[in-house]
Amino acid sequence: EERAVRLDKPTKKKTKKPKKQPKPPHENGNDSMIEKTEPEHVDAPAEFSFPPTFSVSEIKNKQRRHLMFMKLKQEKRKQKVAMKKKKKKERDALGDKAPPKEVPKTIENQRVYDETTVNPEDEEVAFDEGTDEFSAYFNRLTNPKVLITTSDRPRGRTVRFCNQLATVIPDAHVYYRRGLALKKVIPQCIARGFTYLMVINEDRKVPNGMVLCHLPDGPTAHFKVSSVRLRKEMKRRGKDPTEHSPEVILNNFTTRLGHSMGRLFAALFPHDPQFVGRQVATFHNQRDFIFFRFHRYIFKNEKRVGIQELGPRFTLKLRSLQKGTFDSKFGEYEWVLKRHENDVCRRRFNL
Amino acid sequence: MQHDDVIWDVIGNRAFCSFKVKTKVQNFCRNEYNITGLCNRSSCPLANSQYATIREEKGQCFLYMKVIERAAFPARMWEKVKLSKNYEKALEQIDQNLIYWPRFIRHKCKQRFTKITQYLIRIRKLTLKRQRKLVPLSRKVEAREKRKEEKALIAAQLDNAIEKELLERLKQGTYGDIYNFPIHAFDKALEHQDEESETDSEEEEDDEDVGKKEFVAEDEIEESDLSDFEDMDNLKAGSDEHEESSEEDESEEEMEEEPEASGSKGKMPLKGAVFRKKRAYVEIEYEQEMEPVPKSKAT
Repeated sequence: EERAVRLDKPTKKKTKKPKKQPKPPHENGNDSMIEKTEPEHVDAPAEFSFPPTFSVSEIKNKQRRHLMFMKLKQEKRKQKVAMKKKKKKERDALGDKAPPKEVPKTIENQRVYDETTVNPEDEEVAFDEGTDEFSAYFNRLTNPKVLITTSDRPRGRTVRFCNQLATVIPDAHVYYRRGLALKKVIPQCIARGFTYLMVINEDRKVPNGMVLCHLPDGPTAHFKVSSVRLRKEMKRRGKDPTEHSPEVILNNFTTRLGHSMGRLFAALFPHDPQFVGRQVATFHNQRDFIFFRFHRYIFKNEKRVGIQELGPRFTLKLRSLQKGTFDSKFGEYEWVLKRHENDVCRRRFNL
Repeated sequence: MQHDDVIWDVIGNRAFCSFKVKTKVQNFCRNEYNITGLCNRSSCPLANSQYATIREEKGQCFLYMKVIERAAFPARMWEKVKLSKNYEKALEQIDQNLIYWPRFIRHKCKQRFTKITQYLIRIRKLTLKRQRKLVPLSRKVEAREKRKEEKALIAAQLDNAIEKELLERLKQGTYGDIYNFPIHAFDKALEHQDEESETDSEEEEDDEDVGKKEFVAEDEIEESDLSDFEDMDNLKAGSDEHEESSEEDESEEEMEEEPEASGSKGKMPLKGAVFRKKRAYVEIEYEQEMEPVPKSKAT
């Protein structure tokens, strides 16, 4: 019956005090409880005004502990709401003189300043970009022509991904790999006038890597591919992309490395987008992850635009950038992802 | 003394041989000097005092020979002969060295030598081809990266970013004259939110005003007559057709754009057009409000 009595007590959720008073006579084993609840007996009228000197975790009984914890949470929530109300009141009372709203700290706000960030007016950068490997494209001397292939023996998912990529990128051709060596493929591509070689690497039936090689003698970028969604898996998607050249959006490529990445992606697409097609391909860089999306847009009026996602989506993470065409052993690496550099500080990014 | 039969009796048949590997079907011998790899009376290097093998070290083949005269000197027991890299010459060497030896050993030596040269050739060919490098993935690192990617995706707010960029481009005029959002209507767009229908109606009101005047004039004449309903209908029909044609041109232009480029957005664009035609025909008096409704359906 003692047990029965004890169990009854927690259901009375009025206040803490009535619960505790009958406890000491019943509980002999829980000495710590008894000692610590005594000081609170003194302040019977004050409900919860000072922080209790015991922590919820010291209650041995799971049910009661849980209930105490719930109460604690409720109190905290109430306090939080009260604080917010108070602040809002003060704000309104001050009116125009109120101090400006504090901007919350985000990782992007706190980003460690990268010294290679490009200044828009920087002449040196402009000069470099005028004479680098992409200058031929940006001076409209060449048109992009992309060869898409995979690693050996691709599975269905990778093959479908390649086909969808080929519809997204105008003038892209998909070829089976058949065990060819890349070093031998590259001269043949150059001979046939390709400007890009894209190799999708596959692991465990899923694409997980991409090697993007700019052809005449351009840089080779090696990416880790993740979160691939094929067209079938997209919710609320539109019809298939048409043959029109899409526009390109490149967001957040700030550093020198980011700039060269941006140019790399831009050179995949033809110079003049066909606005009639109303398609846009986006490469958005956020915290060193490059998100690729392909949308169709429609302007409802001057202030609103509606976008609908077609096409595959995937994310890329740059692993290495190598000067010259693909040569993993003897190539000269401009940049390699080193985990220990980036793991030190969460707010340091390279792109 | 070397009693091969006794040795074989003991290790091969009765007691334990540490080189023997037993499987369900067969017995193998793990001794490095074994010529065939099987555990047989004739292939056992321990149970044969006259024995020869071929072994390969770093791409070089050697012929090892053991004779009974040296059975007492384990350190000198095996005679090692380096074989030539030329296949035929090496075979001749084997023949010369094993000239009066039993047929079995000679044959098996040559067989083994052939096999070894074949696999050496294969190794050399494979090293020239592409080597697949296996990179180990650390589970923790992968999980961490996945988490970071999710958070980055949330922080990116892609849809908003894309929309903003597109609107920026529209403002800067990269699209040229494709989209007719006249600037004076910009203010109206500021006032009336979400009302593309209104700007459209304003644009078209001009056209309809022109039409309307004609219509009203005709109507007055008819009303004054109040004679034949048939006449009214005929005249009405005439004006209707006129109105219809002008409207249909406009409507068709706009509807054509939409199905061709983004039929996905419009649920039933074709039906909308048909719907519109019918409606325009029937309720010509209420033109201004008719236009926007199908349009909103389409977008």
